[in-house]
Amino acid sequence: MIQVENLTKAFGPKTAVDRVSFTVERGEVLGFLGPNGAGKSTTMRMITGYIPPSAGRAAVCGFDVVEQPIEAKRRIGYLPESAPSYPEMTVESFLGFAAEMRGLHGADRKKAVHRVVETCFLDSVLHQSIDTLSKGFRHRTCLAQALIHDPEVLIMDEPTDGLDPNQKHEVRTLIKRMGETKAIVFSTHILEEVEAACTRAIIIDRGAIVANGTPEELKSRSERAGAVLMTVRSPSATAVADALGKLAGVKRCEVLSEEPSRCAIRVYPDPARADGAFTAHVTDEVLERWTIEQLRTEEGRLDDVFRALTRPDTARAADTRVVNTQGTATQVTA
Amino acid sequence: MTGAWANVRAIAKRELTGYFDSPVAYVFIVIYLLLAGFFTFTFGAFFDRGEASLGAFFMWMPWLFLFLVPAVGMRLWSEERRSGTIELLLTFPVTPWQAILGKFLASWLFIGIALALTFPVWLTVNWLGDPDNGVIFAGYVGSFLLAGTYLAVSCLTSAITRNQVVSFILSVVLCLGLVLVGFPPVTDILARFSAPQVVEAVAAFSVLTHFDGFQKGVIDSRNLVFFLSVIGFALFVTGVILRGHRAG
Repeated sequence: MIQVENLTKAFGPKTAVDRVSFTVERGEVLGFLGPNGAGKSTTMRMITGYIPPSAGRAAVCGFDVVEQPIEAKRRIGYLPESAPSYPEMTVESFLGFAAEMRGLHGADRKKAVHRVVETCFLDSVLHQSIDTLSKGFRHRTCLAQALIHDPEVLIMDEPTDGLDPNQKHEVRTLIKRMGETKAIVFSTHILEEVEAACTRAIIIDRGAIVANGTPEELKSRSERAGAVLMTVRSPSATAVADALGKLAGVKRCEVLSEEPSRCAIRVYPDPARADGAFTAHVTDEVLERWTIEQLRTEEGRLDDVFRALTRPDTARAADTRVVNTQGTATQVTA
Repeated sequence: MTGAWANVRAIAKRELTGYFDSPVAYVFIVIYLLLAGFFTFTFGAFFDRGEASLGAFFMWMPWLFLFLVPAVGMRLWSEERRSGTIELLLTFPVTPWQAILGKFLASWLFIGIALALTFPVWLTVNWLGDPDNGVIFAGYVGSFLLAGTYLAVSCLTSAITRNQVVSFILSVVLCLGLVLVGFPPVTDILARFSAPQVVEAVAAFSVLTHFDGFQKGVIDSRNLVFFLSVIGFALFVTGVILRGHRAG
């Protein structure tokens, strides 16, 4: 549904988006992650045809956004960043206008407005002018506009920005539900959102994609993925840590808390020597001398991955990147 | 083609409703009517002329519109850019030309409505005497085209900047230029040290020169072409500027 190939945008000497490629199929919800200024909005603006790419191409449902912009735009619903709308209009007239721009007139228009008003819970403010609305309602009004023609492709730039936790939850549920029949791309810097609503996530940093995978795959790249967290009954935490530190396949041990008779320890696996039985090895070793009170295997955290990949100076896993000589572009080969 | 026209109409309808949803429309109309009446009956010496015509009324149009029309046009694109709605508008399945034309036609129509509301002056002159209504009609057509020309220039300046005040000032200066190159005191100075052909060529770019014909009751195709081509050119440049902003 969405094909993006080597999409590039340069503003003067600055490359905002650098050779970004990905595809999104029907039934997929793609989360676009990245720090502020990473190029998320610019990429979305190119896909929606608002700004022309400097190089590369984007196509929506087979229509190139530069060659056949009208056909492509017809199939896209777009929620721009900060959800703009015409403040002097009422919610009803604004949505009516959006429907007309999508070629819906008469009874179709009425039906479409009614449908999105229900989907986005706008009944109570239908006849209010937009500038009198709270931020949450304004945001939902703009979201309703993006849904008015029941598009095949939905592109949303920070759809939950500025909403309260309840509204965030509603929007996420909505995205998840719509994602079953549409191709959806949305950007966010809230990581839990990705886990809650996405089937796939892309992490973008300084204009380039640094990771692309399901939330589970990304989490498994965290240092903490597969780590064993346990409470051991032992008079000395150091003794336990030393014993485990010598064990093959253990990267390092971290003592989390220490009491006179017990301690909590997190044991990190060495990813290069992972063999699937890490928890068993660790527990066998500990049980030879001590007792385990609590035990848990961790699944990794997305924000660890996010921070590792988007922080320029930390060591990134060498096998997942190619840095060119200028050091300006970072690209994932995996 | 019908789809294109439907888009232009939908955009124009929204824009025009926008004027009447905000105080802009009412303030503009009231001030325009007051000033038009004031200029016509005081400086225009409507009664002292002793003739049944609207000459005194139309005479002030280029000057009155000079300040009022940019006030209408200054927000056309600057407001869309400032509030970000331009991103919404241009990601709808419409071409930029449809959007530019729709917005321009809406504001032109709005000024047309204000112009039409001066009808009491026309009624007055018909009640007092027996004017040549053909001349009056030509005067209205000329005034409408003149307003359209100023408006197209405002459209252009509003695309340059997000700031409405800057847009207004630029627009007034550009429109003033269009007036002054044909304003007798200015052409007289120019005539002192250049050939008459030069003066004539410069004055040919003035709205005054072309508005003159309409005031005399002549709808000359050359004058029509002048106004329409300035409008067309200004809207074209608006499109180029907007595309430039998007390309970054």
